Amino acid sequence: MSDATLSFEEAMEKYDPVLGFEVHVELNTKTKMFSSAPNVFGDEPNTNVNEVDLGMPGVLPVVNKTAIESSIKIGLALNCKIAETCRFARKNYFYPDTPKNFQTSQYDEPIAYDGYLDIELADGTVFRVEIERAHMEEDAGKLTHMGGAAGRIQGADYSLVDYNRSGVPLVEIVTKPIEGAGSRAPELAKAYVAAVREIVKNLGVSDARMERGNVRCDANVSLRPHGRERFGIRSETKNVNSLRAVEHAVRYEIQRHAAVLDSGEPVIQETRHWHEDTRSTTSGRPKSDADDYRYFPEPDLVPVVASREWVEELRATLPEPPAARRKRLQADWGYSDLEFRDVVNAGVMDEIEETIAAGATATVARKWWMGEIVGRAKNADVDPGQLGVAPATIVELNKMVEDGKINNKMASEVLDGVLAGEGTPAEIVEKRGLAVVSDDGPLLEAIDAVLAAQPGVADKIRAGKVQAIGAIVGGVMKATRGQADAGRVKELILERLGVEG
Amino acid sequence: MTENNELIRSSAAALAEKLAAREITAVEVVQAHLDRIAAVDGQVHAFLHVNAEEALAVAAEVDAIRAAGGAEAEALHELAGVPIAVKDLIVTIGQPTTAGSKILEGWHSPYDATVVERLRAAKMPILGKTNLDEFAMGSSTEHSAYGPTRNPWDLDRIPGGSGGGSAAAVAAFEAPLALGTDTGGSIRQPGAVTGTVGVKPTYGGVSRYGAIAMASSLDQIGPVSRTVLDSALLHQVIGGHDPRDSTSLPDPLEDLVAAARTGNVEGMRIGIIKELHGEGYQAGVENRFNEALELLKGAGAEIVEVSCPNFKYALGAYYLIMPSEASSNLAKFDGVRFGLRVLPEEGPMTIERVMGATRAAGFGDEVKRRIILGTYALSAGYYDAYYGSAQKVRTLIQRDFDAAFAKADVLISPTAPTTAFKLGEKLNDPLAMYLNDVATIPANMAGVPGLSLPGGLADEDGLPVGVQLLAPARQDARLYRVGAVLESLLEAQWGGPLLAKAPSLTDASSAAGAALSHGGSH
Repeated sequence: MSDATLSFEEAMEKYDPVLGFEVHVELNTKTKMFSSAPNVFGDEPNTNVNEVDLGMPGVLPVVNKTAIESSIKIGLALNCKIAETCRFARKNYFYPDTPKNFQTSQYDEPIAYDGYLDIELADGTVFRVEIERAHMEEDAGKLTHMGGAAGRIQGADYSLVDYNRSGVPLVEIVTKPIEGAGSRAPELAKAYVAAVREIVKNLGVSDARMERGNVRCDANVSLRPHGRERFGIRSETKNVNSLRAVEHAVRYEIQRHAAVLDSGEPVIQETRHWHEDTRSTTSGRPKSDADDYRYFPEPDLVPVVASREWVEELRATLPEPPAARRKRLQADWGYSDLEFRDVVNAGVMDEIEETIAAGATATVARKWWMGEIVGRAKNADVDPGQLGVAPATIVELNKMVEDGKINNKMASEVLDGVLAGEGTPAEIVEKRGLAVVSDDGPLLEAIDAVLAAQPGVADKIRAGKVQAIGAIVGGVMKATRGQADAGRVKELILERLGVEG
Repeated sequence: MTENNELIRSSAAALAEKLAAREITAVEVVQAHLDRIAAVDGQVHAFLHVNAEEALAVAAEVDAIRAAGGAEAEALHELAGVPIAVKDLIVTIGQPTTAGSKILEGWHSPYDATVVERLRAAKMPILGKTNLDEFAMGSSTEHSAYGPTRNPWDLDRIPGGSGGGSAAAVAAFEAPLALGTDTGGSIRQPGAVTGTVGVKPTYGGVSRYGAIAMASSLDQIGPVSRTVLDSALLHQVIGGHDPRDSTSLPDPLEDLVAAARTGNVEGMRIGIIKELHGEGYQAGVENRFNEALELLKGAGAEIVEVSCPNFKYALGAYYLIMPSEASSNLAKFDGVRFGLRVLPEEGPMTIERVMGATRAAGFGDEVKRRIILGTYALSAGYYDAYYGSAQKVRTLIQRDFDAAFAKADVLISPTAPTTAFKLGEKLNDPLAMYLNDVATIPANMAGVPGLSLPGGLADEDGLPVGVQLLAPARQDARLYRVGAVLESLLEAQWGGPLLAKAPSLTDASSAAGAALSHGGSH
């Protein structure tokens, strides 16, 4: 039942893609959008609910002020205008994950509108995505379909509902149609969602964890022949919930649309479901503009008034935008583009910043995070920042190396000890007896023994081939089980052989 | 028996005074009302549930506090120990709440409405839950899924609606006070046809939290009583800001009781609304209304005439806005989380079909009629013509009120065009039924407060007539000021309260009534 596709290259030759995104961001407020129940992920089902979330008879909603603040901050970060006054509306439809059988949302009066976001692609190209609106709404409960295949409602014996998520505050960010991305469309899709995710995380208004559904993306794709202005018919791929999936889903839909258009059939306007396993979409329900949700202004709520003073107060609290911050940090640290991109991709930019603040140089901080910690985190399958390396630890380790107390190899060993909870670097050095051997006596003994064992090499050095010294140094290091200071060993060898270094 | 008779016929204010003076006990008062319910409710059917045990326990608690004296006794609310009935649209812990519908049969709310919390804080024993048209949709209480309530003045007649149960309970001396809800006249029109007092406060004046919504922008909880002062006392208990209702006004409550106690109309301008009397109004209604005007004039008020030309569109606009909001508010009754669940008799067992079967079986005809009307009015392509236009009419009605209140301090009209009609008379003619609310609907559309008080008996049928007073938003105190004056002038004429003329209900058929048990929900 898989759909026909064209190769991406062929699709791009024939057609011009137009994209559009609806990104839902769950806010991390303490309580829900319209009730005092806790907004907490992952608890026992149906425990974080009260009569309002369950839509009991007689209940009324009350707007969460913090959610309004968060929404305004998101709007400002997306360069939007903020409505001075706006209302909620009821979107009426019957579905068991929506306890009132209507969703309280914003319809024709979004709190934020007319914004944009500049997206930087991997090669530095900047692409401006226009934001149509960002509006507030409440999340639905979570349905789990039991007994059927693949967790789908079709063929299920029964369904379970968890209303813990019901009423969690959401901000839905809707783009204007994105034209002109061409073959960069999949890459842009991923970069756009990544940028939105980064912004809401940076604002502190969302946990922004895609795997938990804190940020969810619906991707609209349509194709039109090159040169035609009118848009083609779009599909909407729902709940594409990782950055990689966003890129793949857009690419797949472009390829599928191209095959449909090539066959002379019309594209069906519909919802598609993304499948990570097959990296393809399947048809959901047909969606038309005629879906009648019988919107009308929510009569149980009064309009939200955002005074200009309040908006400016909130604007003043906004953190530096992520893109600007990156630019600033790269310049401050003097990293090359490649070095900086590696740091960003490894997810250790914040950690490096903290390490530098703790007293390390930019070079040292990068060396430790990229050279030592990222690899360990990968092995442990956690984010580098969560491995438990404090910036102060790195500064201390580095000072020990610079002071010649330990060498790099030992420092790495000490780091393992710190991570194993054996104590501070100083304690571990002490406990493991890891001090560099800097007393010349034992070193000279070892040097003499190695030189005696390799007379040929000693002659070469005496004859001026100083680069041959590595073999002797290696032998000494081996004899001292790595506890010698290699620099000092080198000096002593040259001294012994009467050669100028 | 005579003492009991005195207790049940006392006003809430009089009971409160005697309780405070420890001349009577709260348990005696509650028991007297429970006895009266047992004696007459078999005929009247005002109650859907009688809450005897809890009411007596609360009364005993009040008595114990008073007997112990001291600071706690001092701190008791003025109405502590005075019993009250609650319309079964308002949710209560410990008692069923049905909204008069099969779809909520047996449902118990896990929370109390804000007004119920306030009754409990005042230690007012709750006698039980009163009958209503299903989801408050009706003007006769005939649309209750649990059978109609009857008018204590004539058991073959309707007690008004939707709050016929609360009005009849108070008129039949089964309770001194009751709570009602008023979306288009559901407190005031039953008050008019049962010879009782009913007040719809300013929209936002009383929290709606826990009142099962029909039309959110129109609904308002209010007091039902036999005297103007009693309504003021109850209004003072339930009114004031509630953070759980976003449409609740932040203003501190005015001293309504003081307004009722110091009634005075001297120099006040009282406006007759040209469009709300005359043609279409029963002659007896019109006569009593005119007499009320003469009395007010005699007391020093200036009677002026005002015109509200857009009121003629009020009924039509109301029957678009109300069902639109109701169609959405009633969507939650789907059998998924609470209340009735009915499975389809045949065919696939999908959630949509279970919801459909539940709603088909659980809702009565009038509710379905309004859900269908509202769904249609909100549909894409019709929204502007119906809901949108109706909202514009609403603005015009508000402007009419603004203009009228520039000329008059208070407006006056008959509450309902006719006296109580016979059960069944208009049941098959929804439009005739809807016309009952023609004089009460404008207040809901504009959010202004209204009070209905007894104006006497109509000459042609000897049944009660109501007089309606309307004040600007947040000026509820004016209603009590004027209402108290008119009430005392009329009672002076009648030689006592109008309800003294109502049949006793216990003479002929007391045996049948007393035989009925009222231990639980019907």
